[in-house]
Amino acid sequence: MNNKSKTNIVKHKSIRFYFKLFLSTLILSAFTIGGGYVIVALMQKKFVSKYKWITEKEMLDYVAIGQSAPGVLAINVSILIGYNLAGVLGAVITIFGTIIPPLVIIGVVSYFYTYLQDNIWFKSIMLGLQCGVAAIMIDVVINMIKNIVKDKNVLMTILMIISFILIMFLQVNVIVIILASILLGILITLKKRGIKK
Amino acid sequence: MIYLNLFINFFQIGLFSFGGGYAVLPIIQNKIVETMNWINMSEFSHIIVISQITPGPIGINCATFTGNKIAGYLGGLISTFGCIVPSCIIVGLLALFYKKYNNVSIMQNILKILRPVSVGLIAAACGAIVLLTIFNKENLPVNLNDFNLIATILIGVCLFVLRKWKINGIFVILASGLVGSIAFYFCS
Repeated sequence: MNNKSKTNIVKHKSIRFYFKLFLSTLILSAFTIGGGYVIVALMQKKFVSKYKWITEKEMLDYVAIGQSAPGVLAINVSILIGYNLAGVLGAVITIFGTIIPPLVIIGVVSYFYTYLQDNIWFKSIMLGLQCGVAAIMIDVVINMIKNIVKDKNVLMTILMIISFILIMFLQVNVIVIILASILLGILITLKKRGIKK
Repeated sequence: MIYLNLFINFFQIGLFSFGGGYAVLPIIQNKIVETMNWINMSEFSHIIVISQITPGPIGINCATFTGNKIAGYLGGLISTFGCIVPSCIIVGLLALFYKKYNNVSIMQNILKILRPVSVGLIAAACGAIVLLTIFNKENLPVNLNDFNLIATILIGVCLFVLRKWKINGIFVILASGLVGSIAFYFCS
């Protein structure tokens, strides 16, 4: 964090600042359908362009770190924004701002879901929506596969195909596959460092 | 102790979902549907549908809904927290490293491997949802007598529209829900 943004933070640290921080993450989370990258893009608009609380470069760093960590991207980025603006309290505020809307909305939806679950109209609607969701997932997966294949890295393409086969046809545990990939990543890093030395 | 169990399972879900967005789905399917048998695949597919048409990150929506389903509102809250606690710890550690070295190279190498793997996992989760929608069964082998022609056509049309015109997904889902609900209601 550079000095300029530090002075900025001190200036802003009032009850009003915390409230504004909470309200902006709350609104972003409450009105963004699609999650993940969409929310992050809007966070950038609000905190970088509008409020000027963080710089463009800082935001890019947050997204890089957020993508490196496991879990929900929007949460990871909001933790970083909150923490860097106002410490632990800031992180707590942005986390709550992000999770309260889904907690409330999903809470209401799941209440009705229990009653509607066996209703034939409800089932038909859900199946109709599910067709749309299935199409979206296929669309997203096609784009992701294209991105991997585009790099023309044979190892990456093979890894992708193997992990698909292991899950789809051999029912291997997902966590085992992820742990194996992490191990492979560490080995490659160590090997590269060994060569450099 | 259901709450502790929920927390532990969602902690693992948060810890092992790399890649944002849909990356959380294969792990939820593995832990909550296949290992713990807390919900069945049809309920899981409904959770995905509801997460897609309500605001908020999909991972959080799924955690809240699953938790609610299994152990009421407190369950939803605990699942959500379980899901974000690993994020808090790891994001904090990575941020420290990042400040110190201005890069997280070991993490980036791991991610390079994880990226294609996670695409494979998401593709498999997608395969499960498509199979479930078309054959009402999420894994192979399927019974060809269960083939649902309307669902197949609907998925095909939605996919065509999405790839051709790049329309916002939510409109495609809602249109599919409208057309599908009428078709499925009168054909069942």
